[in-house]
Amino acid sequence: MTRGWRIGAVLVPAAFVALFFAYPLVSIFGRGLTDGDGISLPMGTDSLLWFTIWQAALSTLLTLVAGLPLAWAIGRFRFRGRSTARALVLVPFVLPTVVVAAAFLEVLPDDYEGGIGTILVAHVFFNVAVVTRIVGGAWATIDPAAGEVAAVLGAGPWRRVREVTLPQLAPALSASAALTFLFCFTSFGVILILGGPGRATLETEIYNRAARQFDLQAAAMLSLLQLGAVAIVLAVASILEGRAGVAGKLAGERDVLRRPTARERVALVTVLSLAAVALALPLAVLVERSLGSFGALFRETPVLLVRPWQAAGYSIAFAAVATVIALLIGGLAAHALARRPPGALDGFVLLPLGASAVMLGFGFVIAFDSPPLDFRSSWWLVPVAQALVATPFVIRIVTPALRSIDPRLREVAATLGAPPSRAWREVDLPLTSRAFAAAAGFAFAISLGEFGATVFVARAEQPTLPVAIFRFLGRPGEQNQGTAAVLAVVLAAIAVGAALLAERAADGRAEVL
Amino acid sequence: MTICHKVGVAFAVVAALFIAGCGGSGDSGASKEVVLVTHDSFVIPKEVKAAFEQESGLTLKILQGGDAGEAVNRALLTKGNPQGDVLFGIDNNLLSRALDEDLFEPYEAEGLDRVDSTYVIEPGHRVTPIDHGDVCLNIDRKWFASRGIAPPTSLDDLTAPRYHKLLVVQNPATSTPGLAFMLASVARFGEDGWRDYWRRLRENGVLVVDGWEEAYTQRFSGAGGSKGKRPIVVSYATSPAAEVIFASRPVAQAPTAVVTESCFRQIELAGVLDGAKNVEGAHALLDFMLSEQFQAALPESMFVLPVRRGTPLPDAFRRYAVSPSAPLELSATEIGANRDRWIDEWTQTVLR
Repeated sequence: MTRGWRIGAVLVPAAFVALFFAYPLVSIFGRGLTDGDGISLPMGTDSLLWFTIWQAALSTLLTLVAGLPLAWAIGRFRFRGRSTARALVLVPFVLPTVVVAAAFLEVLPDDYEGGIGTILVAHVFFNVAVVTRIVGGAWATIDPAAGEVAAVLGAGPWRRVREVTLPQLAPALSASAALTFLFCFTSFGVILILGGPGRATLETEIYNRAARQFDLQAAAMLSLLQLGAVAIVLAVASILEGRAGVAGKLAGERDVLRRPTARERVALVTVLSLAAVALALPLAVLVERSLGSFGALFRETPVLLVRPWQAAGYSIAFAAVATVIALLIGGLAAHALARRPPGALDGFVLLPLGASAVMLGFGFVIAFDSPPLDFRSSWWLVPVAQALVATPFVIRIVTPALRSIDPRLREVAATLGAPPSRAWREVDLPLTSRAFAAAAGFAFAISLGEFGATVFVARAEQPTLPVAIFRFLGRPGEQNQGTAAVLAVVLAAIAVGAALLAERAADGRAEVL
Repeated sequence: MTICHKVGVAFAVVAALFIAGCGGSGDSGASKEVVLVTHDSFVIPKEVKAAFEQESGLTLKILQGGDAGEAVNRALLTKGNPQGDVLFGIDNNLLSRALDEDLFEPYEAEGLDRVDSTYVIEPGHRVTPIDHGDVCLNIDRKWFASRGIAPPTSLDDLTAPRYHKLLVVQNPATSTPGLAFMLASVARFGEDGWRDYWRRLRENGVLVVDGWEEAYTQRFSGAGGSKGKRPIVVSYATSPAAEVIFASRPVAQAPTAVVTESCFRQIELAGVLDGAKNVEGAHALLDFMLSEQFQAALPESMFVLPVRRGTPLPDAFRRYAVSPSAPLELSATEIGANRDRWIDEWTQTVLR
């Protein structure tokens, strides 16, 4: 890569983050901290922080336990419906928490009054896609040769897992664990609806202070605490990852995937059917509720300024723009990061996920209020806000793939006279196309499902699906509830369709290898 | 660039054009538009919006974001350089702080003389009442009829043993109707008695959830399609009408009813934001919001009731919605001064 490229790869993402993340947050924190008298954390913050941390840690652990068998299934084997399975696990991930939490409530006993157990189950349900797709994707690129060599040298299956597979999976494991932890750490809807009244995490308390009590000072202090806690966790995670990770040789998926043996087939079928039941149960509730309401998609409604189906159009359009932004910014950042050995910086790119959506939303409103930065009411803030959440995913998925490219390949290309752009196109891109496809699928799904920040910047004439769902859920009357369910089903269908398309595109590219 | 990238970029460009194209006017002609800042539940029929635009020659742009609390907070944050010209959706529970911070420019809207004086809670006209959406207990008629139990008729009834484990309410810290219902108890039992009332409700098995959605659509047995088991819920005076209008098949009678004695008055107000770019447009919009056309559209679009005297109500509202003649009330100043403390005390009493 040329020097100009290298500088651009650092500057463009840095400018993006500075403008759309750091600046709004600094503005709102500044307002908050000068608002009250004195700077102090509200009472009871310690127990709030403690609960936030341990529920997130436990949720992450459980998500890994639930996600790894699935990752193994789709990372090791070739079977019919594999890409469909990969796409389907994304469904819970894109659905708005209000919808899923509502579906959970339907299968819970009537006098359920909230509890930690349900919070954990819901977090696993939401985030299992993160583990399955990131770890499964990495697993599918681990060259089986190393394991075979170990077997020939007499290593038993456990030793092979411990000493060959796990170290190579470490970056993916750590990336997915860090993402899951962040999502659970900043969880909002799940805590509110399933945790029962009075149950609070830092994120719900920030919202409470900022949006309900007008206590910006406390909200700013709690946000800073949340960001600080997130930064520490990310630093620790990436240091651990740097220690544990071993760059293995990257292989094409075609060489890795194989048909399962008879014994493996039993395990595979068990894992897949358990997952199907667990993921499908809450969704079945949704589909059942939506039946008979599909006509409502095309009817005028007093709830929205547009017909409900149009929200799907806006959602797709916004998410597409957001995905392109995230791939550009995230791809550049990943290239810059991949030049350095893994370290704390890898973790810090996830920091935007640790910011409270409501504070960011308020930040947008006061930061972009006067020329030259006068665009707090522009439509494109919606995809920008979505891209802010999606970009960290792109970086975390693409960087390890870029790192594991043998630099000699690029050197060979250069020796053979290929300019850097051509080397990138013919070496980097084919080898990382699967990672880019996974990243695109994720970015699109996240943008599609993003609610917290979108609701702040979305305009009435251009509602996204989650915003529309939220409006319908907020109205009495059976039809409105039915329409909300239909829109949730549409949202899920779009996410699956997009993920399948991304896979198809990646497969096309991977064939070049 | 690979084919797949080209397709991707082309798609994004088309998407961007689609949004920009559908987005209407954008920023063109800033002087000719009037911007309404409001909450998520705001909606008006297309033809009403068009009527305003034709009458005034202005384009009406609507900016929504979050619930009423968030919308007001946004307005407070951008005071002096507001995002729009008019704020709609501030209610008597949120009003005092906005008035303290001089968020609004006074304007006496045309048509205010047609508004019942009980709704005009700010004599300086910094805010104008637009609608009222009272928060009341709703009951599942069938549940009570089939068991031969008399439904409650007042707040006091709810502590009776025959209503054990029948009531579901929202957390006032997280829900607007929940807050209104807590305020109703303060209005009814006074500063000395309301906590004791909640203690007795707690003994009688009240279920508290965080949001209206969960309480009404999941826990309440009377909502259409709900599998809930509790026949008494905190909702709105218009909810029974909504059950009729949005029933999946036509119904002869509303499945739910309002407990009139339990209603707490919620008035939604609008005001010209301090620093509005289009003050004249803002005045025209406020006038329009009190016009018969706008007022008549309120029930079916936002499920709130008009404040303008003599506004005709749609049939379902005439029959099933309740406009309580003597609702429970607290002044905006009293709410503003005590709200946070009351919520804390409520939390201590009911959740701890």
